[in-house]
Amino acid sequence: MELIRHNLPALIVVTPLVMGLLTSIIGRRGLGWWMAMATTAAGLAMSVQLLVDVLSQGDRTVEYLMGNWPVPFGIGYSVDPLNATVLLIVSLLSAVITLYARKSVASEVPAGKLNFFYALWLFCITGLLGITITGDAFNLYVLLEISSLSTYTLVALGKERNRRALTAAVNYVVLGSIGACFYLVGVAYLYMATGSLNIADIAERLQPIYASWGTEAPIYQKTVITGFAFMAVGLSLKLALFPLHGWLPNAYTYAPSSVSALLASTATKVGAYAFIRVVFTLMGVGFAFGRLHTDVALMLCSGAAILVGSWLAIRQNNVKKLLAYSSIAQIGYIALGFALANKDGITASVIHLFNHALTKGGMFLALGVVMYRVGGTRLQDLRGLGRKLPLTMGAFTAGGLGLIGVPLTSGFISKWYLVSACLEQGRYELAGIVLVGSVLALVYVWRVVETIYFGKREDEVTVREAPASMLVPTLILVGASIYFGVDSSFTTHLAGEAADFLLKVKP
Amino acid sequence: MQIVLDYYNYWACILIMMIGFYGIMAKSNLVKKVISLAIFQTGILVFYISTGKIDGGTGPVRVADGAAEAVYSNPLPHALMLTAIVVGVSTMAVALAIIVNIRQAYGTIDEIDIETMEHERGE
Amino acid sequence: MKDNPIMRLAVRWNIPFMLIFALYTQTHGELGPGGGFQSGVIVAAAFVLYGLVFGGAEMRRVVPRWFTDLLGAVGVLIYAGAGVYAMAMGYEFLDHAALMPSNPGGAEPWGMTVVEYGVGITVFGVMMTIFNEITEGTNPEDNEPTDDSADTEYGS
Repeated sequence: MELIRHNLPALIVVTPLVMGLLTSIIGRRGLGWWMAMATTAAGLAMSVQLLVDVLSQGDRTVEYLMGNWPVPFGIGYSVDPLNATVLLIVSLLSAVITLYARKSVASEVPAGKLNFFYALWLFCITGLLGITITGDAFNLYVLLEISSLSTYTLVALGKERNRRALTAAVNYVVLGSIGACFYLVGVAYLYMATGSLNIADIAERLQPIYASWGTEAPIYQKTVITGFAFMAVGLSLKLALFPLHGWLPNAYTYAPSSVSALLASTATKVGAYAFIRVVFTLMGVGFAFGRLHTDVALMLCSGAAILVGSWLAIRQNNVKKLLAYSSIAQIGYIALGFALANKDGITASVIHLFNHALTKGGMFLALGVVMYRVGGTRLQDLRGLGRKLPLTMGAFTAGGLGLIGVPLTSGFISKWYLVSACLEQGRYELAGIVLVGSVLALVYVWRVVETIYFGKREDEVTVREAPASMLVPTLILVGASIYFGVDSSFTTHLAGEAADFLLKVKP
Repeated sequence: MQIVLDYYNYWACILIMMIGFYGIMAKSNLVKKVISLAIFQTGILVFYISTGKIDGGTGPVRVADGAAEAVYSNPLPHALMLTAIVVGVSTMAVALAIIVNIRQAYGTIDEIDIETMEHERGE
Repeated sequence: MKDNPIMRLAVRWNIPFMLIFALYTQTHGELGPGGGFQSGVIVAAAFVLYGLVFGGAEMRRVVPRWFTDLLGAVGVLIYAGAGVYAMAMGYEFLDHAALMPSNPGGAEPWGMTVVEYGVGITVFGVMMTIFNEITEGTNPEDNEPTDDSADTEYGS
């Protein structure tokens, strides 16, 4: 037991990788799902254990050296409260969505390819968990590509239902690769300046470089600034921050239902985490926000994301696409939180990572049920389903209320913290934008809810309630999102720990 | 002029990267787009490797004991770029496999043609 | 192309040398330029050359798809297995000292050799899979003829 506990940071990434390989070999017929389920359940257990371990440490970090090579020579995995929280989000969501995936995937993916589907599914999770846990800037790039490459393929597998999935996937390949390449160029610049790839080590070596600026002989000033600019743009592409969100709507819309849910609830969250890590740990707030004023750019982008994303969501007729545009707006809230760079802001950001993953994941799962039972997710397909799928549509509506931020849902908690962070910084216009965004969310959620409950169906087909294996995960996610709206002590505690760690407040 | 000559390696990398970037933006043929992406990635590979090069530096192989101290070029960027090449190959493979599927589904690999077809179908 | 005697002869004479060179690259990876990745690519190149001349179907008769798909996964399993073995023996992940606890420094090359063979096998498998994935089904003999001049000519 002690052996496993010591190796947890490595195991949490290696287990899905090895199981993914095994799944691709022997996971034919039903076995693939069982293997994926067992792996993600084990991943959930491991990330919970890791979170407990981290919070019990005095300095709130757990380090692990790959191959016992000391950092900065080898790759070190380091876990802190922010990491551990995002690990929990990713492994929780992946476990619940895998539980859901069996019937939904079987109906959307050809039976002969199921082993490869679940192998890619596990590789995607490997990459996401790896990005979160790694303490090495180049290793982060490799894991970013592992998750992205499997995501491209998973999105393209939606071609059985709609061939648009293929164009969405190829668009995603091109933009995603550009994003990753930009990040890679940024790492090259920082490596030139510091000669290191370990995130903590780079941060340390940047200090004398920063100190030399403003003096007679500034060293590496342009190099470091260029490197940060490349990294910021590359990660913004991965995170789908507003002007760089072009790949997201189609990829989410045409992917298989379970893949949309997995992507919406974990992939952009991990992108946001990587951005936070680069700004706060790698470059330092003093440089990124204090000297370069990136925070102003981020606030502009996220404010625009909230308004434009919500506005475009109102105009969609495909509910999946509506949720995708709403995701762009929600990413705006997350980015706005950490752009404010005060404790409430980062807390709001981390809480919203958690809450939005639960809410949006649950809503995509509910839409997956509609896809499974009705065969489409356009607005007219949802007409009058409120009576035929009462539980699923109830879950969808509850999730929608969370998106708006109605009190007693989790969305309210994150928006509360976000608005108070805006007010603390004296940014009243941003607080206004958050509120306007909520009103716009009310409009697009109401459009769907009205159709669900008051729309008239011409074709009187019999639509049965979802099978239990799909209904239970949907209700778990939406239920959790409501639970954390009522009793938010767990999420606020975690997010507070993460914010303290990032702002270097000693516990 | 001096700044061009002094840093000719960086200018070459920037040129390669921008040629690739232009292709990604401007070409509507998907295969050409993916080739441009590969050119863009190659620019990054060259950039990394040129950062590790030292004038007069040899390969990082230990010279005979007692010999004068040798200057080594940094081997780490090469090792990193081996990984990046693998990633680039995988990206190409995934992209080309998707494009083969697009060709089978639409009968064309031109982005503009595909958009027109989908537009006519009323999406 | 399989009717062209020059191509047939060139392929027949080239493939053995390519395979031997790949083996050389694999085994001398720690002494000179080389290693698993390069050797895997060279082995795959030999078979892809065969496939280009004699047709993809003929190549898949020699190395069946299930075999290369399997190798792609097995190689990484060897790589990860070396790491998991170290973990099970109480060392850190991929700490090759686990292979020879009495002589940790001497174990490192052995660990690297195991890992390199894993890499070589995977790269061979994946390269073949990529070739198969892109050419299978695009063979003009498998499809109905199209009047598009941009048609691929693999295996014709």
